[in-house]
Amino acid sequence: MARMKFLLDAERCIECNACVTACKNEHEVPWGINRRRVVTINDGKPGERSISMACMHCTDAPCAAVCPVSCFYTTADAVVLHDKDLCIGCGYCFYACPFGAPQYPRVGNFGSRGKMDKCTYCAGGPQADNTQAEYIQYGSNRLAEGKLPLCAEMCSTKALLAGDGAVIAQIYRERVQKRGYGSGAWGWRTAYRETVAI
Amino acid sequence: MRALFLAFALLLAAPVAGHAQTNPQVTGVPGNPTPMLPPVADELEVLKALQGGRVAGRITIPDQQAANLIQPAGRSWRDFHNVTLAWVGGVAVLGMLGILVLFRLSKGRIPIEGGPSGRTIQRFNLLERANHWMVASTFIILALSGLNLTFGRHILLPIVGPEAFTAISQWGKYAHNFLAFPFTLGLVLMLLLWIKDNIPNGTDIRWLKAGGGLIGNAHPDSGRFNAGQKGIFWITILGGAAVAVTGYMLVFPFMFTDIAGMQLSHMIHSIVSVLMIAVMLAHIYIGTIGMEGASAAMTTGQVDLNWAKQHHNLWVEKELASGRGADAPGTAKAAGAD
Repeated sequence: MARMKFLLDAERCIECNACVTACKNEHEVPWGINRRRVVTINDGKPGERSISMACMHCTDAPCAAVCPVSCFYTTADAVVLHDKDLCIGCGYCFYACPFGAPQYPRVGNFGSRGKMDKCTYCAGGPQADNTQAEYIQYGSNRLAEGKLPLCAEMCSTKALLAGDGAVIAQIYRERVQKRGYGSGAWGWRTAYRETVAI
Repeated sequence: MRALFLAFALLLAAPVAGHAQTNPQVTGVPGNPTPMLPPVADELEVLKALQGGRVAGRITIPDQQAANLIQPAGRSWRDFHNVTLAWVGGVAVLGMLGILVLFRLSKGRIPIEGGPSGRTIQRFNLLERANHWMVASTFIILALSGLNLTFGRHILLPIVGPEAFTAISQWGKYAHNFLAFPFTLGLVLMLLLWIKDNIPNGTDIRWLKAGGGLIGNAHPDSGRFNAGQKGIFWITILGGAAVAVTGYMLVFPFMFTDIAGMQLSHMIHSIVSVLMIAVMLAHIYIGTIGMEGASAAMTTGQVDLNWAKQHHNLWVEKELASGRGADAPGTAKAAGAD
C-alpha cells in the first residue's frame, strides 16, 4: 500500500484558495469549518509565500495519541481518520495538532464543541464506503473510487500534491533541481519526521 | 475572592503574555508586531529562526486561529498530557490511597477517647453543611469525569467497549461543564462562611509540631479548625480558584486566549486537579471511616462533646463560655450504656 501524503510547493502556490473552495464544496463542509486553509507568511514583504495546509496525516499522529476516547485510526494507506460516533468533542486533538487541523462545529452552550471534523484525505470514515451515512458524516470518499484528494487534483499550479509520499517527493525533488530553488516541503519534518532530500 | 480571582488571572496571564512575546502572533491584527521571519519562507529556516515558536501568517477566512500554520508547542502539550500528567496523577492518587491504607493498618480507626458522651454540640449549621455537600458532590463528579479523560481510555475503555465508553465520557463532559458553576458558587460561599476560622495562628504551629496527633499520641490544642483542616480549606479555596479560572478558559474555548493559553490552562487545570483529588481522598478518609465521631459534623451537624473536646478543645471552651452549651438530648443514654 501507498503511504499517502500531502506536499505543498510554496514556490508555486498563488493563494487562489481553490483548494479551500474545492474541499468545502466536495464534502459540503458546514459554515465555519475549514478542513483546508491557505496561510500567507511574510505577507507583503520579500520572500512572501503562501502555504495551503490541512491535516497532514502524520506518522505517529499527535491527535490519536492524546484522544481520550481513542477515536482515531490509521488506514492501510496511512491516512489518519476518526470515528465521529466515538468523538466527544473535547478539543484535545486541537491542542496537540501542530497544524491546527481539527475543527469543531459550535453546538449547545458556552463554546461547547460538537464532534470534531477534519480533512479525511477524501477517504471518508469508518462507515461503509460511499454510503449516504458516510457522506453526511465525513464527506465523499474519493480514495475508494480510485481518485486522489480533490484539493490537490484541481490545484491550477500543481503547488499542492497528493499521493504516495515517495512519488510526490520525487516530483518535488525534480522541480527543485530544475529551477534551482525551493522553500521546503512544508510541514513534512513536523508530520513525517523527514524532509525531501534534494 | 475577587482579589484571589484577579491574582490567579494575572498568574495565568503572565506566562501567556511572556509566550506571546517570543512567539509570532497573527499578523495583521493591530497591536501584534509582525514577527521577524527570514526573507525567504523556507520551512527549515523559518522553524529554526522561531526556535520552537509558532509559524503564523495572514489568513483570509474569519477564523483567526487558522492563521497559525505550525505550532510545535503541541508536541510539548502531548508529552505533558500523555506522560507528565499520567504519572503525576497516577502517583498522587494511588500514592495517597497507599498512604491511607498504611495509616489505617498501623494506627487503626481513631477512637473517641473515653467513648461518646451522648451529649452533643452543634458544629456546622444547615447552610454550612448544605454548602459543603454542594461542593463535595460536584467535586466528586468533576473529579471522576476529569480522571476519565486522562485514564479512562486505559482503564474503562477496554472493559466497557468504545460505544459505552463514549456515552460515559460524553455525559461526563456535559456534567463537567455544567457542574463547574455550582462548584464555583460553593467555593465562594465556603470562603465567606469559614475564612474567619481558617486564619493561620500560633496554635497551628504548635499543632503541627505535635504532628497533629496523627503521628505519636500527642493531643495538641486546636480551635474550630486545626492546622490540617485549615490546610484543606486553603487547598480547596486556592486550588479551586486556579481550577475554576483555568476551567472557564477551557469551557469557553479561545474566547479569552489563544492556543498557547488554552494549552497552559489545561496544564494548570489538570495538574492542580489531580493533586486536589489526592488531598481530598485523605480528607474523605479522616472525615468518615478514619475517625470515630467525625462524620456527624457534616451529616447531622451535631458532634459528640467528647469528640469535640478531644479534637477541638479551644473551640469547645469558647462555645461553652459563650452560652452555646451542649445539652444532652432527651434520648441520650449514659456513656457506655450501649
